Amino acid sequence: MRIDDQKVSQSAAFVGDAELVDAELDDSHGSQFRLAGDLAVWLVILIELVTFGLFFMVFAFKRAFQVDLFNRMQSTLDLHSGVVNTILLITSSWFVARCVAAVRKGQSQAGARWLALAIVCGAAFLVMKTVEFKAKFDLGVNLSTNDFYMLYFTLAGFHMLHVVVGVIILAMLLVMVRRGKVAANNMHALETGAAFWHMVDLLWIILFPLVYVMR
Amino acid sequence: MRAGVGVLKAIQSNDLVWFGLILATLITFWFGESGLSDSARGVAVLVIFGLAYAKAAGVILQFMELKHAPWLWRLLLLGWLTVVVLGILLAWLIGDLRA
Repeated sequence: MRIDDQKVSQSAAFVGDAELVDAELDDSHGSQFRLAGDLAVWLVILIELVTFGLFFMVFAFKRAFQVDLFNRMQSTLDLHSGVVNTILLITSSWFVARCVAAVRKGQSQAGARWLALAIVCGAAFLVMKTVEFKAKFDLGVNLSTNDFYMLYFTLAGFHMLHVVVGVIILAMLLVMVRRGKVAANNMHALETGAAFWHMVDLLWIILFPLVYVMR
Repeated sequence: MRAGVGVLKAIQSNDLVWFGLILATLITFWFGESGLSDSARGVAVLVIFGLAYAKAAGVILQFMELKHAPWLWRLLLLGWLTVVVLGILLAWLIGDLRA
């Protein structure tokens, strides 16, 4: 492969230009290599992942030097609430994936129903998390209690903010799907919102075992 | 019989991934609830984060549709996941050696 060809291939691989990438990368797979959603939002997703990744590292390494404290404090968290929240986010992510598949097939009504279910799960997560935080605050536990709770409230609170933003985005998408502004021939907004929502789910998948289960 | 075949045809990859994610979540929960995460220690941490890795990879490849995306994006997200999980395991090991 000539150098010019290589440059084209690398550039196409990054931006997801389906035609260029098809020519270079498509194999017997038969489908297009394409980044689903807006490139700018995917860059935001990358930044979010790096930020949370650093938070996860800080939590894990702080724990390494205060194992007893972190284990004792972890046992004061509600594991049942943690697992229900995990199931809610995973299921919500599944509903969004189902919505995208339905709208692509031209089934906007079904897509709207999947999206509404996803919003219900996201809202339920927010209610449960609020109850969990309130129970801690009522006991006088807060950010300044100790290192564990400082990191717990920071991580879970920051993640919760993303869930709030995600639910608002899903609600806006629901209106767009119902009004026909998002359809099989115009998937950009829906794919972009879906990518953000899946990121929120992805972060919780790491947060749950790290904060609630690891001993 | 025909209805059964219809249901099977309606099942998407998304549904299978969701089922796997729920199963892995329940196993992780069981490790915490039964006290195995305490007693099995190193093995438990490997299982818990092995499952977390598989779950996150499922979300990245299937739900985020990166299995159909340009390779660089797959590499970036799976690379992020690998670094984060290995970092957590390293931190756990340091904590265990110090204890």
